[in-house]
Amino acid sequence: MKDFIIPNDRDMGTPAKSGAPVTLEIDGLPVTVPEGTSVLRAAAEAGIQIPKLCASDNLEAFGSCRLCVVEIEGRRGTPASCTTPVTPGMVVHTGSSKVRKIRKGVMELYISDHPLDCLTCSANGDCELQDMAGAVGLRNVRYEAPENGGLANHFEARNTSGEANPEWLPKDDSNPYFSYDPSKCIVCNRCVRACEEVQGTFALTIEGRGFDSRVAAGGPADDFLASDCVSCGACVQACPTATLQEKSIIELGTPDRSVITTCAYCGVGCSFKAEMNGDTLVRMTPYKHGKANRGHSCVKGRFAYGYAHHKDRILKPMIRDQISDPWREVEWDEAMTFAATRMLGLQEKYGKKSIGVITSSRCTNEETYLVQKLARAVFGNNNTDTCARVCHSPTGYGLGQTFGTSAGTQDFDSVEQTDVVVVIGANPTDGHPVFASRLKKRLREGAKLIIVDPRRIDLVKSAHVAASHHLPLRPGTNVAVVSALAHVIVTEGLMDQDFIRERCDWDEFQHYAEFISNPRHSPETTAMLTGVDPAELRAAARLFATGGNGSIYYGLGVTEHSQGSTTVMGIANLAMLTGNMGRPGVGVNPLRGQNNVQGACDMGSFPHELPGYRHVKGPEVRKVFEEAWGVQIDAEPGLRIPNMLDAAVDGTFKGLYCQGEDILQSDPDTKHVAAGLAAMECVIVHDLFLNETANYAHVFLPGSTFLEKDGTFTNAERRINRVRKVIPPLNGYADWEITQMLANAMGAGWHYTHPARIMDEIAATTPSFAGVDYALLEEKGSVQWPCNEAHPEGTPLMHVDGFMRGKGRFIVTEYVATDEKTGPRFPLLLTTGRILSQYNVGAQTRRTDNVVWHEEDLLEIHPHDAEVRGLKDGDWVRLASRAGETTLRAKLTDRVSPGVVYTTFHHPDTQANVITTDYSDWATNCPEYKVTAVQVSLSNGPTDWQEEYAAQAAQARRILPAAE
Amino acid sequence: MSPEKMVHMANQIATFFKTQPGNDQAARIAAHLTDYWEPRMLDQLHDHVGAGGKGLDDLVIAAEAEIVKTHVRA
Ligand code: SF4
Ligand code: SF4
Ligand code: SF4
Ligand code: FES
Repeated sequence: MKDFIIPNDRDMGTPAKSGAPVTLEIDGLPVTVPEGTSVLRAAAEAGIQIPKLCASDNLEAFGSCRLCVVEIEGRRGTPASCTTPVTPGMVVHTGSSKVRKIRKGVMELYISDHPLDCLTCSANGDCELQDMAGAVGLRNVRYEAPENGGLANHFEARNTSGEANPEWLPKDDSNPYFSYDPSKCIVCNRCVRACEEVQGTFALTIEGRGFDSRVAAGGPADDFLASDCVSCGACVQACPTATLQEKSIIELGTPDRSVITTCAYCGVGCSFKAEMNGDTLVRMTPYKHGKANRGHSCVKGRFAYGYAHHKDRILKPMIRDQISDPWREVEWDEAMTFAATRMLGLQEKYGKKSIGVITSSRCTNEETYLVQKLARAVFGNNNTDTCARVCHSPTGYGLGQTFGTSAGTQDFDSVEQTDVVVVIGANPTDGHPVFASRLKKRLREGAKLIIVDPRRIDLVKSAHVAASHHLPLRPGTNVAVVSALAHVIVTEGLMDQDFIRERCDWDEFQHYAEFISNPRHSPETTAMLTGVDPAELRAAARLFATGGNGSIYYGLGVTEHSQGSTTVMGIANLAMLTGNMGRPGVGVNPLRGQNNVQGACDMGSFPHELPGYRHVKGPEVRKVFEEAWGVQIDAEPGLRIPNMLDAAVDGTFKGLYCQGEDILQSDPDTKHVAAGLAAMECVIVHDLFLNETANYAHVFLPGSTFLEKDGTFTNAERRINRVRKVIPPLNGYADWEITQMLANAMGAGWHYTHPARIMDEIAATTPSFAGVDYALLEEKGSVQWPCNEAHPEGTPLMHVDGFMRGKGRFIVTEYVATDEKTGPRFPLLLTTGRILSQYNVGAQTRRTDNVVWHEEDLLEIHPHDAEVRGLKDGDWVRLASRAGETTLRAKLTDRVSPGVVYTTFHHPDTQANVITTDYSDWATNCPEYKVTAVQVSLSNGPTDWQEEYAAQAAQARRILPAAE
Repeated sequence: MSPEKMVHMANQIATFFKTQPGNDQAARIAAHLTDYWEPRMLDQLHDHVGAGGKGLDDLVIAAEAEIVKTHVRA
């Protein structure tokens, strides 16, 4: 297996274009490139590197450095090749003595105002200024500071007589991950353009003119940390010098090789180069050929990988008889024997179905496949579930019913061709940042945006982007709003009749049209309930139906409701009504939360489905696996996570193997989860850290990070990306090996030698993966499933010629109010979300410098609601629901409407899930995280529960010193 | 699980299928339950119906009658 790829990511100078072919001649070579291409890029295509400094192929050309000048026959002067488009028959000379002289002059000027400390500079060997000085043959600099004339430079703090140089500025080290050293800046503007064009944040500007020009983050008083900068790293990547430099490079040196891998945080699934210096990881940079991210990243994937070496990480297996005992470190075989004996004993005593597994959306496909196989083939039951239960299970059900598959319909590139985007219950700038940057780029090009969200998320209005319509609905009324949109489209005759006739079940459509046309679904009638301005809603519906390519992106604000599945069906109805399906720029796009939610679902983690979404009741499907595994497979569905906990409290579910998930922190109704875990007799936690769930565990198996193993993740666009081992597992084993050891300790007799062999088994048993193997991934970089004989190169767009199920099915979506209702005791609605710098329960990101952006979870409350309760910004408040209460600090903001409060769930001390209730989606039991009736009042400190919890956690985390 | 929670979940399912066209709602509820509910949960439903079915939607009771035809107690 070839594990290390040397990426070819040469900078071509300016962005690729797609016009008609144009042929020209450069230095005597004929070159054919698309119309609109720059001369600089055309030369690069022909293998000729014209020196350049201000150009980069991910930014529009700027033409400021004049290093890239060329001569063109028949034209006067020496035009900059980066800003000069090719024309047919053009004859270009890139190396005449005239242009050489100009370039040398340009470099001489740059170098005269640059500190020549190259040997000790952090960018030594990785500096374009250095490279260009070499390329143009610069040998001396004739400029010198005028005698007694003060310093005309930016890099010396003081002159020889000790006077301060007014042009000199100190380093800005406020960002934890990169530094800005103004003395090395050549004012090429690449950082400013990267922040605008690539990231879309507009945090940087060039202040001043001419010799006084400076890069500035935010206003005059701001440093990087205080500015709008979101630390995506695009500017650092773009900077040709050491001006903007990763602190890790300053500390550890420049890389000598790199490995392509995939970010382990969110569902965008960005490709990265893990850059190594010997065996040390010195930097992660976004990989420009990554098809999900196209060379961009966010602060999490780019910088927040330090948790891998955090001191809290557990590297030795540990066991204990009871959860009141301290942990005891043991060798792997002792831990495995202990775990296996307990689990088998439980099955003997309480029956085959008394134990189960929880797979993780953070683990690889191969790992997840093995964990569900452990349940089905070794435990002999279907008690397997995944945290996707608590996020996107309604997507599976809803899209499965309407389209015939739960798959998102597009790839991320599709957003480049969309005209109207509806974002429902998702906050891409925080949850899916790289997608958000790509979306914002399209919006700046003129696409329109509609946002359906109770909260005024950043996308509603930010630099150079504004939503045409924001529908701030009351939490819990998604179905009413989505139905009202459909009502307007149908009653105003805006639907795409041809599409519906051809592609959908016409009878069902007729019935649906009659249902949805009823005035009770009109925006005017439902406004009372939803709080949405009917005129605004009508305008939004018209825009979506008539504005060109319409796409819908949605997140957990859709699924995590009592009617989550119904809303998903409503969204599918909207896409079918308007014919927005089966081509680029349209479609239904579930934004998956964690990196491998898609994969975890694909791999058969759900208790009712074998890999590839096939119900266990089907004898043909069971037969495939029975033959492959040589066991009998149970034909009845197993327990879902909430059901496992209920059964545990009832005393019929006793043992759990939980890989890479922290259900105690992430699942709703913490007290109930704790009671369920406490009632179990063997809880095996397999994780990086002693997470909250581990407080109730008997066996702790230390896990490996994504840097330490091979495998694949499948992102939100169904793209199977490789994860490659960068460093050896610090705990000794990759996670797939650990699951295999546990299975074998229970008598399984597995002998996988590499994750590639596991993928071979997946391909052999699962039709949508039939064509996938590591060799193909090596060749293509990534593929989107289905990948099989019919689609050997994968499937970027779904439902192109017809729906997976044949005819698309319109489903009646009646709004039903959730039973979680406000009243005199709990008059406010709490909804939850997350922020950019933290990830899920925060186990990883809290153990990185990302905490500078988010030290604690805050409760957002409207100033009006705060005032009537006597609350001020920053006050400690008590947040209570019928399930429990907790305390946290208040933040007054009009981002939330009166009557609605909002918080995140990244910190265990806050315990936002003590508040959330056990209500769930009707079809899938996906918990209703997004609506809880609460009361907020001033508090005088942590609640009893918080104190008891902290005490129990401290007690449960004790580790006995290792016996010598 | 508490009987109230079980009743609440079963009724939520009935509430959805009630809104759907056709007159096979009970059968569709039964199919949904056998597809997604683990046998222990079906047993609990069965016992609850046997004990009078307090709080259950009529359609759930009708669906349960379908389920017992095929479901074998865990
Ligand atoms: S890190 Fe990203 S957001 Fe911050 S200034 Fe650089 S490009 Fe802009
Ligand atoms: S900071 Fe770097 S990218 Fe920005 S203008 Fe200066 S040298 Fe260019
Ligand atoms: S967290 Fe998401 S957007 Fe950020 S780098 Fe990782 S995959 Fe990309
Ligand atoms: S690279 Fe063309 S002007 Fe700078």
